[in-house]
Amino acid sequence: MSLDIAGLNVRFGARTVVDVDTLSVADAEIVGLAGESGSGKSMTTLAVLGLANTVGATVTGSIKLDGRELIGLPDKVLATVRGSQIAAIFQSPSMAFNPVFRVGHVAVRALRQHGLTSSEAAERMAQAMREVLLSPDLLHRYPSQLSGGQLQRVAIALAVALHAEVLLADEPTSALDVTVQAEVLELIRELRDRDGMSVLFISHDLAVVAELCDRVAVMQAGSIVEQGPVDQIMSAPRHPYTADLLRSVPSIARQG
Amino acid sequence: MAALLEIAGLEVRFGPVRAVDGVSLEVAPGPFGLGLVGESGSGKTTIGRAVLRLVPAAAGQIRFDGADVAGLRGRGLREYRRSVQIVFQDPDNTLDPRMRIGAAIAEALAAHDVVPRRLAGERVRELLSETGLDPGFASRYPHQLSGGQRQRVAIARALSVQPRLLVLDEPTSALDVRAQARILELIGRLRAERRLAYLLITHNLAVVSELCEQTAVLYLGRLAESGPTAELLAAPAHPYTSALRSAVPEVTASARGTRIVLHGEPPDATRPPSGCVFHPRCPIAIGRCRTEVPALRAVAPGRQAACHRAEEVLAGAPMPTRLGTAIVPGETGATDAGP
Amino acid sequence: MIEIPEAAAPAPTPAQATAQRSRGWLRSNPLLAVGGALSALIVLVAVLAPLIAPDPGDAGSATHPFAVLKPPSAHHWFGTDQVGRDILSRVIYGARVSPLVALFVLLIACAVGIPLGVAAGYFGGWLDDVIMRLTDVVLAFPALLLALALAALLPPSLTSLTIAISATWWPWYTRLIRGQAASVAGRPYIESCRALGISRRRIIFRHILPNAITPLIVQVSLDVGGVILTASALSFLGLGAQDPTPDWGLMVSEGQTYFTTDWWVVTFPGLAILITAFAFNLLGDGLRDLLDPRRVILR
Repeated sequence: MSLDIAGLNVRFGARTVVDVDTLSVADAEIVGLAGESGSGKSMTTLAVLGLANTVGATVTGSIKLDGRELIGLPDKVLATVRGSQIAAIFQSPSMAFNPVFRVGHVAVRALRQHGLTSSEAAERMAQAMREVLLSPDLLHRYPSQLSGGQLQRVAIALAVALHAEVLLADEPTSALDVTVQAEVLELIRELRDRDGMSVLFISHDLAVVAELCDRVAVMQAGSIVEQGPVDQIMSAPRHPYTADLLRSVPSIARQG
Repeated sequence: MAALLEIAGLEVRFGPVRAVDGVSLEVAPGPFGLGLVGESGSGKTTIGRAVLRLVPAAAGQIRFDGADVAGLRGRGLREYRRSVQIVFQDPDNTLDPRMRIGAAIAEALAAHDVVPRRLAGERVRELLSETGLDPGFASRYPHQLSGGQRQRVAIARALSVQPRLLVLDEPTSALDVRAQARILELIGRLRAERRLAYLLITHNLAVVSELCEQTAVLYLGRLAESGPTAELLAAPAHPYTSALRSAVPEVTASARGTRIVLHGEPPDATRPPSGCVFHPRCPIAIGRCRTEVPALRAVAPGRQAACHRAEEVLAGAPMPTRLGTAIVPGETGATDAGP
Repeated sequence: MIEIPEAAAPAPTPAQATAQRSRGWLRSNPLLAVGGALSALIVLVAVLAPLIAPDPGDAGSATHPFAVLKPPSAHHWFGTDQVGRDILSRVIYGARVSPLVALFVLLIACAVGIPLGVAAGYFGGWLDDVIMRLTDVVLAFPALLLALALAALLPPSLTSLTIAISATWWPWYTRLIRGQAASVAGRPYIESCRALGISRRRIIFRHILPNAITPLIVQVSLDVGGVILTASALSFLGLGAQDPTPDWGLMVSEGQTYFTTDWWVVTFPGLAILITAFAFNLLGDGLRDLLDPRRVILR
């Protein structure tokens, strides 16, 4: 499934925070959206999920999922698209799960909302947990009893269980330890290879983007200043902002 | 040359948890940088706090200029507070939101009578310039500055009392990548200009490679290995260091090695594994690792490691890049994730 | 957390921000503006009472046997009470009584509550336990009942009333401040202060207190209404002000026997209580919005 964004404009009153000409994620492709805080990348995520209006923003333009226009769809329809076709994981995995419910309960409820019966939901979720290398027993735990890395993987398992074909990942590993981050990134890569998932990966960490993504779009102050295949952008950036970002990434190799 | 700061067998406990379990380190007089690298639960932040006497040591000693830090009182303690300073991780809560920047720095100056009151304003402006900030910021409030700027103010404030040792606790983790680079640049410059010694606490190996001569790698409150940074990164002597190094993402493809993906999470500190605390996640663990705690020992000139197979690792033994796909039933419980 | 990008211009100082917000605030929150204006009006009335009351003497012990229980008229806008006194004058003078009681009660409650709260929150440990158990004990009694009991023990007067209500009020403030103080004490900038060797005294007064006190300021304004109502209730029961003091609660009490036939004796003082409590409530709400130095208004 592909995601095609064209002429996307998100604004708060007179203030434009996102102004993207074109951004696409093809089938089984990982596209990175790189930028610093305030660049508008998170608002872009919200816009794709159809949730930008909940924070008071006005959205115009086109966001097509496999050719189907999402902007302007009634909320009820969007609610079926969200989760089952486009899944999202965020920086703070503990925010994705209501702390007073067991994670399994939250997951099953989400699955049921998309039409499955309780037993179907439980079965699918258990299977998904195994796919992300977590024991299904962990579903009986409360969010506070799981680590950040585990919660993030449960969130990904839910996306897998929902058979989502597009994954929006908004800084999913920024709050994780670097070894745990490596594991989550590996998992995302597998989802692309094995399940053909399309991923829009948002991050301020260019090194992570360089390692994980096939293509990258660099965002500054709401617009994309440069985009293209990741190797090309990283080795020969054309925009000064990209060059500045690249210069700023600390590297073990550079110092030797 | 006598060490500026000596940590010997430090133990810090929070209830039943041994946050720091017998760690020994040395910081030479400036200019010098010691990197303290580890992930969550490693105890690196606690060590920094213990040095500042913000948490009590359950066992072991911390010596500054030869004197036992825990025994300092009155004037000796005041002197110590002047000589050793700390910069925290969170730029949002590092400054009193109701106090202007200039006043915050002046407060530090006044606490130690660094300059006569009438010269304080001028010194504040000098310090702001030194850390790359517009001296006009003195009249602003913290929320009017960006995260990176606030972090610089915190550094300026710490420097105002003219410390000889600076503890930097993840000074860049909460910042954007360009702000991070600028802060690291600042630290490098201050090191040269002020002949500063610092303890740089971080989870990112790439950061220590630029700023620290020596590095110590921590895991669950214990030292995994320590030695000259360049050597440690080029040829690790502990599998955890290898894994950590391989996990650091690199922009240029040529800089990437094979990724060693560790299975599982850092263990629960209240129920540490038996024997070597790293063995459940170690790619080359053997039977002995489960039963015997490896002692920290010299494995090469200037290098120490706590691993039964350190020599093999040092010699470049190949490591499985992925620890199978077996699922460990009912994985260990929650830990604090994140830097 | 999803970040909503802030405007490009540098954020204003808290004073500038307050001024900016006040102007826009007035326009977009007319009710809060009304609260502020009303409260100011009530204070003004109290201050200018001798000048605006048509019959100042009636606020005292004057009696007019021939003008007893006259309904509202051009001569007596609020009518007269059971001994012929002009109710309007008494209501106006009453503005000096109830709000003043509230002021003293809140001052005492703060004077006791704040130090205890800061001590408990900052020092923690056994001090915290002792203070919290003390507040628990006082709070275990229903406030009105406790005030009642105390007021009944003391000779009935406004002073007794003030003491009785203060005694039941301070624990709320202790609790409030203690929570805030404990929260602030755990923040990195306090640890920085300790690391810098800044004296404990300075930390408490210059850092903990200013950062802990904002919710209390709001709570105090909201409580003005509450205290007035409590004082009125106690006066109504005969335990506070005594005749001829023009206390609104007392007036309601004295007038209740005539309610079915001469409604005005009870109604006007009652309305005064209502409006005053309401006005200070609105003011408290407004202050809460105004005092946060970081609040960004999204348009």
